[in-house]
Amino acid sequence: MYKYNDFDEAFVRERVAQFSGQVARRIDGSLTEDEFRPLRLMNGLYLQLHAYMLRVAIPYGTLNSRQMDQLAYIAETYDRGYGHFTTRQNIQYNWPKLPDVPAILEKLADVEMHAIQTSGNTIRNVTADHFAGAAADEVADPRPVAELIRQWSTDHPEFQFLPRKFKVAVSGATADRAVIKAHDVGIYLREQDGELGAQIIVGGGLGRTPMVGKVLKEWVAFEDLLPYLEATVSVWNLLGRRDNKYKARIKITVHEHGIDDIRARVEERFAQIKPAFGGIDREMLSEIETHFAPPAFRNAPTDEFDRAYETDPVFRSWADTNLSAHKATGYAIATISIKKPGDTPGDASADQMRTLAGLARDFGHDELRISHEQNVILPHVHKSDLPRIHAILKATGLATANVGLASDIIACPGMDYCALATARSIPVAQGIATRVEELGIEHDIGELKIKISGCINACGHHHVGHIGILGLDRAGVENYQITLGGDATETMVIGDRTGPGFAYDEIVPAIERIVETYLALRLNEDETFLEAYRRLGMAPFKAALYPAKEETAPKEKANAA
Amino acid sequence: MTVIIRDEGFVSEDYHAEWVTLASDTDPATLSEFVNAPAIRVEFPSFADGRGFTLGRLLRTNGFQGRLRATGHVIADQYAMARRSGFDEVEVSKDLAERQPEAQWLARADWRAHDYQTRLRQAR
Ligand code: HEM
Ligand code: SF4
Repeated sequence: MYKYNDFDEAFVRERVAQFSGQVARRIDGSLTEDEFRPLRLMNGLYLQLHAYMLRVAIPYGTLNSRQMDQLAYIAETYDRGYGHFTTRQNIQYNWPKLPDVPAILEKLADVEMHAIQTSGNTIRNVTADHFAGAAADEVADPRPVAELIRQWSTDHPEFQFLPRKFKVAVSGATADRAVIKAHDVGIYLREQDGELGAQIIVGGGLGRTPMVGKVLKEWVAFEDLLPYLEATVSVWNLLGRRDNKYKARIKITVHEHGIDDIRARVEERFAQIKPAFGGIDREMLSEIETHFAPPAFRNAPTDEFDRAYETDPVFRSWADTNLSAHKATGYAIATISIKKPGDTPGDASADQMRTLAGLARDFGHDELRISHEQNVILPHVHKSDLPRIHAILKATGLATANVGLASDIIACPGMDYCALATARSIPVAQGIATRVEELGIEHDIGELKIKISGCINACGHHHVGHIGILGLDRAGVENYQITLGGDATETMVIGDRTGPGFAYDEIVPAIERIVETYLALRLNEDETFLEAYRRLGMAPFKAALYPAKEETAPKEKANAA
Repeated sequence: MTVIIRDEGFVSEDYHAEWVTLASDTDPATLSEFVNAPAIRVEFPSFADGRGFTLGRLLRTNGFQGRLRATGHVIADQYAMARRSGFDEVEVSKDLAERQPEAQWLARADWRAHDYQTRLRQAR
């Protein structure tokens, strides 16, 4: 894992001191609220519906046990005993008090963490594949590149007041688990002629105008990566629209000017600024890579795992859904679901965080990951330890066997916390998960990604859910639109709208009808929901959602006439 | 009336010759025309409009070596950004300078410290 050097350490401490000063100056009036706002946003502090919210970065989703313990301590000491893991590999505290924020930031700095650039119109926390360094299908670990970009983007003098926020994600595997194509800039690490480099995707994003990112450049050598990114952001900083915040994202700039025009501008700017990079960044990347060397994997038998798998059906069910293929023999990647049906997706209590930290320390080479799907991952566990890990998870309510299934729902905070929300999303997620559990059909349904947002901003990624749910406000009443067929991976597709939305008490039954339709029409158990939808199209689902109302139709007609 | 800020704090105007003044929406393709200007002021209509920082950087990249001033709504917390983007100095209104007195600007006069960009751009 990356370890702060003296420079990083001093930087973060200095930032805490600066922000403490800014808080004091806000309180004494030398900063207006207008002027304080972007400064607190650069430090992850939002003003929400009920209170301030502090968003802490978990760069590229990687944590060690000490950091997780500290997050638990902060939750207990300064918040209400829990934190919320988000789709952007951040953790949010929903109830901190303004005067406490400097102290929280100090505690974070003690474990090499910060809340820098987790909000505001800057380059945000860089995210990465949550299986980085562990996945069997990995070409290269994306985290060194992500860390280099973190350093470059941190406090970048030109890019603290961009037209809008700017999100970067990096993947180094064959399967895209990091939603690369929905980012302002997405990076796929790819080999060309035996050399590792970066494919650059630009202009993806969800929100009001969902767009799938486009290839800006097929392959950029690592020594050109930072200047190339800098050229891209520099072009957009001047060209991006500042008249309308919904049109300010780079996806709109790319859409309005066309990818070829943007590419030409970026190439020209790149040629201008490249000479300012003396080349040390390439060496720094190599140095950073040494921090991410794989742990010393154990070579041991897996009998204990095999025995438990054969004899304990609960363990087997968990192992089947929550484990993924590891690159080292005898190892597995274990995803711990933070989606127990009925609980708030992504919320973890301080006790749960400590349990996870302990598991990482005792069994997991001291590593944890946070996924954009709001789960926690033990990336390196030897299979023989899994039965014991599972027993500990069961004892702390963390053994839910639902990863990738219908109740593993991504949901944004929605009306329960968010000032921008137009509808609730957490209770809808809870309702669906509880219903699916009651019916006991989840494992039969198989892979199904349901994603829920409480407003058009799409923090819950609903457009790219196999089933997406968007909560809107229709004349003061919550109304939920459904999209089908979305895909968040390298084959990204924005889902199709089914038709008119559903009221709050109709949305769970509506999802149930969609699932029943799939179960009735799939070719066999191996055909996933997404495959079935691609084969069948919208029609059968539409028919199930909007049955012709024979008795009421004539009456309506009479009224209309 | 305006106040000029440099690393040593608030200073009085000491440049009385000709300025080229560039708006924040200046087309970057035109910047090379100003390389030989005596002195350039880049306007910051609002502190939230960060285009001026990139314009400053590009003027320097294009080879402009004269006096470069950020003028308008720049706040003390942005002083380091302006300096790191190639500006020599900042000019703000008297009102703003009263609300954000000299000490707050001097606090960011250490803009060379803790700068990731300098580290990342060194020669290998
Ligand atoms: C509760 C306070 C929050 C507020 C006020 C907020 C606000 C916003 C806004 C305004 C946007 C749209 C930006 C744009 O399109 O230009 C956005 C996008 C986004 N937010 Fe949030 N958000 C919040 C919480 C969250 C949480 C909890 C998550 C993770 C679960 C999240 C993840 C995202 C993501 C991934 C996007 C990008 C969607 C896209 O690609 O456009 N946000 N957020
Ligand atoms: S999607 Fe809307 S309601 Fe949900 S967190 Fe984002 S801004 Fe808030």
